[in-house]
Amino acid sequence: MQRIVVIDYGMGNLRSVSKAIESVADGDEVVVTSDADIIASADRIVCPGQGAAADCMAALGDAGVVESIQQLMGSRPFMGICMGLQVLLTHSEENEGIDCLNLLPGQVRRFDNPLFDKTKFDETKPDEHAQRLKVPHMGWSKVDQARSHPLWSGIDDGARFYFAHSYYCAPDSDEAVVGRCNYGKEFAVAVAQTKLFACQFHPEKSARDGLQLLRNFISWDGSV
Amino acid sequence: MGLAKRIIPCLDVDAGRVVKGVKFLDIRDAGDPVSVARGYNEAGADEITFLDITASSDNRETMYNVVEQVASEVFIPLTVGGGIRAVSDVRTLLNAGADKVSINTAAVHNPELVREASDKVGSQCIVVAIDSKCVSEPGETPRWEIFTHGGRKPTGIDTVEWAIKMAELGAGELLLTSMDRDGTKIGFDLGVTKAVSDAVEIPVIASGGVGELQHLVDGVVKGGADAVLAASIFHFGEFAIGEAKAFMQAQGIEVRI
Repeated sequence: MQRIVVIDYGMGNLRSVSKAIESVADGDEVVVTSDADIIASADRIVCPGQGAAADCMAALGDAGVVESIQQLMGSRPFMGICMGLQVLLTHSEENEGIDCLNLLPGQVRRFDNPLFDKTKFDETKPDEHAQRLKVPHMGWSKVDQARSHPLWSGIDDGARFYFAHSYYCAPDSDEAVVGRCNYGKEFAVAVAQTKLFACQFHPEKSARDGLQLLRNFISWDGSV
Repeated sequence: MGLAKRIIPCLDVDAGRVVKGVKFLDIRDAGDPVSVARGYNEAGADEITFLDITASSDNRETMYNVVEQVASEVFIPLTVGGGIRAVSDVRTLLNAGADKVSINTAAVHNPELVREASDKVGSQCIVVAIDSKCVSEPGETPRWEIFTHGGRKPTGIDTVEWAIKMAELGAGELLLTSMDRDGTKIGFDLGVTKAVSDAVEIPVIASGGVGELQHLVDGVVKGGADAVLAASIFHFGEFAIGEAKAFMQAQGIEVRI
């Protein structure tokens, strides 16, 4: 039996994350906590989160979990979901700019306003607008598996996952990018390093393929 | 482009049981919320919406329990609306396992609630439900207004202006119901759907009036909706979710199959 800790820093729907993991973690212990000692005792760590970047950064600080994340990153499998991905980058444009954890060099940017579907833009008819896209990017989008990864096991390349976000990650290097999505532009939606996998979409809300990703995570040895 | 248009079955819940009123009056029992939600998940629904129509606030707890049970075994997005009056109601529902909370009448009485709630929990969790009726005479330029109390009480507020205001206050999505179409099965009010969808940057869910699969297509293609919501055509087995998606896909609409 292993211990999977879901970090609770007061931001977001932790119940769905913990219940989704429980549904695939046969007999494993799933703990939702902000306690540094319990987090340190985890075999695997999941950091979810939703809401505004500034609130998430403040909440991580208030809950005293920033140091836990910094210290434990790389030592055991860690999964960031949605804001749990964005806070890993260097800086976010949200809330007039906020510094993040800088564990993954890069920027978090807002989608253009207005945002257009450039795949349908016809250069010869510039007056006929390409289809306008809504922000937040909300719903089921195809994820291209930019690189093979143990967490994609059993999931089709191009499978749809559920997204709900207005800001997207732009890592400085493509090296860590294992999943991409196209919504007005192509952007990274899944990044991986040794013992780290983080995604913009919500596996806990992505039906069968989302549960498969979580199942893969709880048996992942951390290699890329 | 990659983003699928969503099909959202809507379950009206009264004291813990799923019901669907025709024009909010004639109510038939359509089952237990958890098993209905599970069935819709298996059938390929992209999201599920619960509207708590319980009159008595004593039964709030019942709804929280329903949400907890559904969120424990159905892993697709779950929107819950009905009776939301304060940010604390929003938080309680999100903590019970809802992904989005839909604010309706309370937004009309206190628009700042939308701002407070989206500031606290993020826009992506806040849906504003707009109950609208056409108030112009045939032949006039179409105009729509917001109604409360199940479509009985006019407010004098212009639907499109209201939609823009709600988006500015931080709504992440709009659930637009044509009260004069709800339960009629003659199709969405495409005029108001298009007017609202064009006016705001945020996604719009079309609701009210679906009777055939072509109506779903029209809501997306002619109404510009990002998602389509329906109840009775799915609840009473007239059409399956998969059938609806296949129909939409055959007409060139991107769906999640």
